[in-house]
Amino acid sequence: MVSVEEVYHTAELAKIEISGEEAEKFRKEFESILDYFNILDEVEEDVEPTFQVLPLRNVFREDKPGECLSQDEALKNATHKEEGYFKGPRVVE
Amino acid sequence: MDEVVIGLEVHVQLNKLRTKLFCSCPLNYHHSPPNTHVCPVCLGMPGAMPVINKEAVKAAIKVAIALNAEIQPFTVFDRKNYFYPDLPRGFQISQYDRPLALGGYVTIELDGEEKRIKLKRVHMEEDPGKLSYRGSITTAKYSLIDYNRSGAPLLEIVTEPVMNSPKEARLFLNKLRMILEYLDVFDGDLEGAMRVDANISLKGGGRVEVKNISSFKGVEKALSYEVMRQKNLLQRGRIVTRETRHFDEARNITVTLRSKEEEQDYRYFPEPDLVPILTEELVKEVEGTLPEMPEEKRERFKEQYGLGDNYAKVLILDVKMADYFEDVAKYVSPKLAASWIVDVLRGELNYRGWNFLKCREVLSPEEFARLMKYFEEERITEKGVVEVIRTKLDEGGDVEDIIKKKGLFAIPKEEIVRFCKEAIEENPKAVQDYLGGKKQALNFLVGQVMKKTRGRADPGETAKMLEELLA
Ligand SMILES: [Zn+2]
Repeated sequence: MVSVEEVYHTAELAKIEISGEEAEKFRKEFESILDYFNILDEVEEDVEPTFQVLPLRNVFREDKPGECLSQDEALKNATHKEEGYFKGPRVVE
Repeated sequence: MDEVVIGLEVHVQLNKLRTKLFCSCPLNYHHSPPNTHVCPVCLGMPGAMPVINKEAVKAAIKVAIALNAEIQPFTVFDRKNYFYPDLPRGFQISQYDRPLALGGYVTIELDGEEKRIKLKRVHMEEDPGKLSYRGSITTAKYSLIDYNRSGAPLLEIVTEPVMNSPKEARLFLNKLRMILEYLDVFDGDLEGAMRVDANISLKGGGRVEVKNISSFKGVEKALSYEVMRQKNLLQRGRIVTRETRHFDEARNITVTLRSKEEEQDYRYFPEPDLVPILTEELVKEVEGTLPEMPEEKRERFKEQYGLGDNYAKVLILDVKMADYFEDVAKYVSPKLAASWIVDVLRGELNYRGWNFLKCREVLSPEEFARLMKYFEEERITEKGVVEVIRTKLDEGGDVEDIIKKKGLFAIPKEEIVRFCKEAIEENPKAVQDYLGGKKQALNFLVGQVMKKTRGRADPGETAKMLEELLA
């Protein structure tokens, strides 16, 4: 069972606002998703979990410096900036 | 006993690498303008794909081996989801249930006895960017973000809760730093090189986490403050609540932090943009490249150079100092080199806030060896050597020039004998007084010789010489 509180909590972690109506809708959807995962739990335990669907392993790059963006380019899409910095909210501690 | 229990999570930057963990932005961003060592990957731009730096994994494996940890054959990166302005993607690429290595230990010397500090795990992750504020953090209206540090390769080393005092925690960190510097994967002098979260509890109290202690010295201070705070609470019959606190370095106290997410709130899941790592081949590549570690070096120093345990023990504390010593010992008596480096040079550097790397630039081992040679040949006095070292460190210049300019070359014995004879000839009255039993008259003669040599003769030696000449 998924509670409406859990849905609100999840929304809060994702920093999105949802209406009461949406919360109930998501609650039902969460439940059906979790039900689906319960099927996976029935699989025998000695099956290795899948961490990556690609058949690749050990994809690396060498430790060689490459091109960076210029400061102007880096900040180009930012609405809030100041003297080479991005501006963000003050984090209250 | 054992009423204080401490566990540490140490974040170590693998700052000797050339590039970041998942992109090829250079790591030498210290002292650079903000947001100049960034690219779409470390800025978290949509569609940008991370690729793992192979050397970072090898460096991490090196550390894990040196920490006696068990390297896992199969390891994966995970996303740790949370929102914070220093994290451009809204998640940090870290490791969760398949970390690089499990277990391990670090041996420290505590009150003359060896103690093994057991480790839980060692895993890789990326560094977030850096937040700063205009003016005070409490009054600033917004934060300023520099992503130069974003994506820098970090190792998280987690201990078991097995330390019983703030001092023990400091000893552990010192030893850890030493090991990392021996492996040449880490420079502890760089800003932000090591950050620590500490768990601390007292018997009968809840576990308190102190976050973000950003210096070596800070750890002992933060923990000492916590011990005192928790003791006070317990003594007054109050309870120590389980919470997360923040260390305020400026005020040397810890303050309560608005409660952060629980582990489940991070919603870890395997990073879909990276593929798993099989470590077997990498471990083989690394194994042959492990350098000599502190304990081995100490034993070798004792054997190869005939040093006593005391000097060997101090020299190996810092691999840069040990290397410097070995370079000097190529030219002069190792024992002489060891005692001057440990007893004098180390203190002079400390006083100036320098390390042996910086020392090398200003006073090379070859030059230092030349200075030692002059001392060995008694061409310069002990006091003279110290003066040359100080002058060299503060003003630079050539060792020989400094010795000449300051008139520090000791005068050859024959010359002093000549000066003594002169002094005797020129001062018949004093000579008579001396021969007549006035011992102080000898001091007058010594003074005359000192004058002639402009203070470069040894007063004791000179007195002896005069006595012989007048006998
Ligand atoms: Zn980058």
